[in-house]
Amino acid sequence: MHQPGEVDLVNCAKSFGETLAVDGINLKIPAGTYCCLLGPSGCGKTTILRMIAGHETPTSGEVRIDGENVVGLPPGRRGTAMMFQDYALFPHLTCVDNVAFNLKASGVPKPKRREQAHEMLARVQMAAFADRVPAQLSGGQKQRIALARALITNPRVLLLDEPLSALDEFLRLQMRGELRRMQRDLGITFVHVTHTQPEAIALADLVVVMDHGHIEQAASAQDVYTKPLTAYVARFMGGQNVLAGRVSAVFNGVVVLDLPERGRVEFAAIDPVPRTGATVHISVRRDRIHLAKQTVGERVNAVSGRVRAIEYQGAWVKVTLEGAGGEDFVVNLPDSEFFADPDNFGDAVCAHWSAGDVHPLSGGAGRSDRPYASGQN
Amino acid sequence: MATHTTEGRPWTFYALAGIFTLFVMFLYGPMACVYILSFQGPNGGLTFPLNGVSTHWFGALFRQERTGDIAGAFSRSVPLAIIVLTLTVILSLAAGLAFRRRFLGAGLIFYVAIASLIVPGLVLSVGIGLAFQMLGIPPRWYSSALGAHLSWTLPFGLLIMFAIFSRLSRSYEEAARDLGASTWQSLCYVVIPIVLPGIIGVALFGFTLSYDEFPRSWLTVGPNNTLPLEIWAMTTNITSPALYALGTVTTAISFVVIGVALTSIAMIQSHRSRQRLARERAMRAGS
Repeated sequence: MHQPGEVDLVNCAKSFGETLAVDGINLKIPAGTYCCLLGPSGCGKTTILRMIAGHETPTSGEVRIDGENVVGLPPGRRGTAMMFQDYALFPHLTCVDNVAFNLKASGVPKPKRREQAHEMLARVQMAAFADRVPAQLSGGQKQRIALARALITNPRVLLLDEPLSALDEFLRLQMRGELRRMQRDLGITFVHVTHTQPEAIALADLVVVMDHGHIEQAASAQDVYTKPLTAYVARFMGGQNVLAGRVSAVFNGVVVLDLPERGRVEFAAIDPVPRTGATVHISVRRDRIHLAKQTVGERVNAVSGRVRAIEYQGAWVKVTLEGAGGEDFVVNLPDSEFFADPDNFGDAVCAHWSAGDVHPLSGGAGRSDRPYASGQN
Repeated sequence: MATHTTEGRPWTFYALAGIFTLFVMFLYGPMACVYILSFQGPNGGLTFPLNGVSTHWFGALFRQERTGDIAGAFSRSVPLAIIVLTLTVILSLAAGLAFRRRFLGAGLIFYVAIASLIVPGLVLSVGIGLAFQMLGIPPRWYSSALGAHLSWTLPFGLLIMFAIFSRLSRSYEEAARDLGASTWQSLCYVVIPIVLPGIIGVALFGFTLSYDEFPRSWLTVGPNNTLPLEIWAMTTNITSPALYALGTVTTAISFVVIGVALTSIAMIQSHRSRQRLARERAMRAGS
């Protein structure tokens, strides 16, 4: 019954006057994917969503849905449906008439469209609210109505503009689960705009990390989290320490990196092998690091510093080190490991990790391993 | 809390309350005299005391005697006000929609339209009268006077529409388009129903501004007067309480129009909730 749609953005750019909101991006979202566009506000993610929906026209490039260029088609004829950030429920219509709006616009007689709308309301567990107007609904209920109103159009692609941002924490987690379940059941493509990183990795098959109108990385949630492509992605996704250093030697497939005032890092070289003297960024996951009490001489794959903050998080303890220069260094220790030998504020400690946990970041060289970037070829 | 507020009100409260009392007395006192005197007995005069109570002078209004053509003036003023109302609503709604999307010269057109609010009405009236004379077109209430009234009601209508549309989120129209509505369907099913109370306000303004208008009608109505002109003519040559009866009737019509407008706004708002309640009750009874 529901047909998933493939979305393909080809050299798609949008500028508003002098401001370049989206800078010639290429992105292929396979049919039936839950895709999250993730980035800080103003990064162009909402503009991309609105271009797919047809509420903005690209300055150049194409928007293809199932291979057909839809630029110029009205929003109602693209096989897409959008859920607006403020839901945009029509305040003068009851829930059932809101949901039936698409059928009314296409001339379905009143009894029939009401019947179908009631079925759709039952599907989002809102049958009891059919005769309420939006002003009488809570945030979560409004969202269900907005979802039902969009789904009744039988879209191939559902576009969601920060759908969870207006909800409180509890509802957000609940609706997050429901969105994911809904997408699995329907099998259609979801494109979901968010600025919240845990939301993106919890939901998405494909996470698209954006900054300043560019796509920084488009990959599976696991890849974006564990193998960030750039320092920007590593910092934005969180859970990582980003370190910069100069390559002092490369031998036997091992790269030696000198961190200014922080020690030395060694890791297995990956392709392309950096030149000696080049500046390289690496990331190390916070939960792959251990703490030692004493700094014994110079250790490899270690930084030392004083404990600046300790935050108990339940399953783990977040320890922040104030290093000699550079950014704060954060270690997430399992609670059992921390409380076996707790550290105190101001203690001098040494954080160390194994060479295998070093993840080299690329500043643009490694773009070939972007499976979802649709090139001009 | 309540006891705190009654203690020690500032002197400005009493000063402003006094000014407001004077204002109310000044507004309604003289008008009340007119309304009371309009029920003067058949042999009564223009001043107190009342010489009996009757509706004699209301009857006199609608007999075309030397009092002037009141019935005729009504039969022109009311249709004129309704035409002005209709055109004001349609044109200012269209203009409000146009100004929602910025277009070239929008600022200039806005100021040119608003400027007619500060042009003195009498000067405009003289100008229109002169222009029609030069063009050889006889001025009539349904042509030159209609134009003169619109020059007064349209800027008001436009300003009200701006206020209405500035509060209307664009995402409603986008949602309608997203759900497959044509531009026309989006207007009829979404935009107009949401702004309907505001449109009724514009209609009310259009009607009362036209119905009351004296200066812009003065040299533009042609041979047959509208009501304000007829009343003016009567005050200069008639000395009977029919004048007061006329004042009472015109005020009553204004109140009826305002009442109709306000109750229709209230009805639109309560209709939806009553409909909803009824349906909810029916559902509960059914289940």
